[in-house]
Amino acid sequence: MANFETVTVKSDLLLVGGGMAGCGAAVEAAHWAKKNNLSVAWVDKAAVDRSGAVAMGLSAINQYVGLAEGDNTISEYVNYVRNDLMGVTREDLVASIARHVDSSVHLFEKWGLPIWKAEGGGYVHEGRWQLMINGESYKVIVAEAAKNALGIDNIYERVFIVGPMMNGDRCIGAYGFSVREEKFYVFLAKSIMLALGGAVHVFKPRSSGEGLGRAWYPPWNSGSSTYFTLQAGAELTCQEVRFIPVRFKDAYGPVGAWFLLFKSRATNGLGENYMITRKDELQNWLPYGSVKPVPANLRNWLMMLDVMEGKGPIFMRTEEAIQNIANEYKDDKKAYKKKMKELESEAWEDFLDMTISQAILWAASNVAPEEKASEIAAAEPYFIGSHSGASGAWVSGPADLQSDESNSEYHWGYTNMSTTKGLFCAGDASGASSHKFSSGSHAEGRVAAKAAVKFAIDNNDEPVADDAEIEKLKAMVLAPLDVFTELSGKTTDPHINPEYIRPKMFMFRLQKIMDEYAGGVSAQFTTSTGLLNKGLELLGVLKEDAEHIAAEDLHELMRAWENIHRMWQAEAHVRTILFREETRWPGYYFRSDMPKMKEDWKVFANCKYNPADGEWEMIKRPIYEIF
Amino acid sequence: MPSFVNPEKCDGCKALDSTACQHICPNDLMVLNKATEKAYNMEPEMCWECYNCVKICPTQAVEVRGYADFVPLGAQVTPLRSTDSIMWTVKFRNGMLKRFKFPIRTTAEGAAVPDGGWETGTDDLASPVLFSEPGSCGTDTVFTK
Ligand SMILES: Cc1cc2nc3c(=O)[nH]c(=O)nc-3n(C[C@H](O)[C@H](O)[C@H](O)COP(=O)(O)OP(=O)(O)OC[C@H]3O[C@@H](n4cnc5c(N)ncnc54)[C@H](O)[C@@H]3O)c2cc1C
Ligand code: SF4
Ligand code: SF4
Repeated sequence: MANFETVTVKSDLLLVGGGMAGCGAAVEAAHWAKKNNLSVAWVDKAAVDRSGAVAMGLSAINQYVGLAEGDNTISEYVNYVRNDLMGVTREDLVASIARHVDSSVHLFEKWGLPIWKAEGGGYVHEGRWQLMINGESYKVIVAEAAKNALGIDNIYERVFIVGPMMNGDRCIGAYGFSVREEKFYVFLAKSIMLALGGAVHVFKPRSSGEGLGRAWYPPWNSGSSTYFTLQAGAELTCQEVRFIPVRFKDAYGPVGAWFLLFKSRATNGLGENYMITRKDELQNWLPYGSVKPVPANLRNWLMMLDVMEGKGPIFMRTEEAIQNIANEYKDDKKAYKKKMKELESEAWEDFLDMTISQAILWAASNVAPEEKASEIAAAEPYFIGSHSGASGAWVSGPADLQSDESNSEYHWGYTNMSTTKGLFCAGDASGASSHKFSSGSHAEGRVAAKAAVKFAIDNNDEPVADDAEIEKLKAMVLAPLDVFTELSGKTTDPHINPEYIRPKMFMFRLQKIMDEYAGGVSAQFTTSTGLLNKGLELLGVLKEDAEHIAAEDLHELMRAWENIHRMWQAEAHVRTILFREETRWPGYYFRSDMPKMKEDWKVFANCKYNPADGEWEMIKRPIYEIF
Repeated sequence: MPSFVNPEKCDGCKALDSTACQHICPNDLMVLNKATEKAYNMEPEMCWECYNCVKICPTQAVEVRGYADFVPLGAQVTPLRSTDSIMWTVKFRNGMLKRFKFPIRTTAEGAAVPDGGWETGTDDLASPVLFSEPGSCGTDTVFTK
């Protein structure tokens, strides 16, 4: 076996993941830990200044309720999320996040994040719930507050977390390895707060050459939250609820500013607006088809119907939107020029803050938006429970936000604790509470961290790990290096060897299976029982071959484990689509053999893996309306 | 190539333990070629073009060239990031130039105070009131049902 030092780190509380939820958890945990004399360790695979989905920056804060301003109520937010997710939402969790999100946003502003202000002093809204920001340094600022709170000595960067340390049915830590030095890490703690983000590259992306990395979702989040919680025996929810964003084609630049600020329309290749020509289709998805705004997946669906009928390309009608603005100012040339300059800068900032590739693509294509429309398209499927998807762990909601009915199903102890003792989840790692976005993920990380501190105090026995178990895990984690060392000499090209598979090819094999059998881009997001069963069979063989992944160095060892994580995310997804015998989110996936929404499937479809016997359990859980 | 390094400008971060670009890349792509002491992107097809390596490089040696499989040649997008703002230069294929400047933060670097100056309304770990609340909510109390 590769000769790595084993490093053991003990703390009272362990924070796994340093994205938005992890940063929220870190500031919150630091406060309560100090008050109660506890220690905290925080680990991430990257540098927390620029890690996770906000690494590049963002141009908007997508969740702000405006309670202090009296703009909206908690139940209005709950309503919005419930409708967008076609009724499948944990209202207690959505409300739990919504009641704290403004607090996180106000902290961001104090820390130094520039939030746009209107003339009267209030925030500038992009939409009802969205605030415009100058967000190039969003992550830097939020991480800075977290680091200042926790102290850099408690932070472990560039350590890739593979899975959970368990003691019976309780999670007592995490194991992984440094991607810089030959070190195997074991973190032991009394409670664990997990936030390793969502997953991309489980499905084949549209671009498969150099542009492979330009998925909408960042290539560095690879389903680790799902793998970790599954291996800890935790129940997961909404694993079928993937997200497919519609964005500017190829570079996936944001469309929010164009739709919301510029009031642009999207039309097909014949100039028709599918939101109008296909509006009768919405009747098939009632009651959600009649709500405003139309749920994201139904908007996608109407567009996809046009695409399937060969009515593409689909265009964002930028030239028309700008002409409309010009008409508004037709009597005042000077005011028009000023307005246009302002809008131009806003449009480019939207790209430069969060999808610089789109700015490059427009510049390379000499795009003049006032002259010509630009293409938009549905991207490939991603797992991002914090955005408009919903996948994640099934976690306990707060006691004070339950109804009599929901109390027995949704509340079993500490807020945001999964069904595994001592394991808390937030952000993309916690499910059925979508539309939390960057700000809500931060707020949820705080909620989870406070509860995790309480758990550590109430359950303060020292976590003990079995040495033999540690050795076993270490051998498993480092196996891809051993495979390479042992076998790579058997051919003249280490990339082509009949006895192993390199991580990249393993990823391509996974992506091809998911693309073709589980409703990826090439299948126009359509699948069926037969396809899913065949896909599951192929995933089974892939899982056998996972024992033969070869990694040449630490970087590739990380790639090996990322792709094993993706494979487990894929399996949870396929099994759950198969379990849910209906189509509920047609613009996210369409089950051709069960093409309609069914009332008896207005439930949560949950799953659970038992690491002891390798069996999966599929579980239906009721949906209760609380607000 | 997505990100690429200009060999004339890269000084290998003067052979420090970890180079700036390697330290910051969220996807662990930037490495130093030990022989030449110059950095390079080891897996360009896994690059998100997030520009973090570009923004952090002390010698402005890192640039980005759009993904060759769908971006035409000839464009360049270049940032210059200071402590409080960022200036972008966008060069079009046809030679046109556009410049934009945006603020990036309102406080001094490193100055973020975790509680933002708000006191915490309770010491009770069982309460849903988080640190800095209710002050940071802007309301007198935290919502409950
Ligand atoms: C393209 C895009 C645009 C978006 N736009 C907006 C917007 O405009 N407004 C908005 O409010 N929200 C937006 N969001 C949503 C927002 O980014 C997410 O909701 C939020 O980042 C989720 O927080 P998280 O902590 O769960 O995950 P992340 O912030 O992604 O953090 C995950 C962390 O886990 C670490 N990690 C992953 N795997 C491992 C491992 N195995 N070991 C160790 N560490 C690991 C990562 O390095 C990272 O630090 C956008 C998201 C995307 C992808
Ligand atoms: S940060 Fe710049 S100077 Fe330093 S190694 Fe990287 S490219 Fe070279
Ligand atoms: S642009 Fe981003 S992903 Fe690409 S090498 Fe630089 S830091 Fe890494």
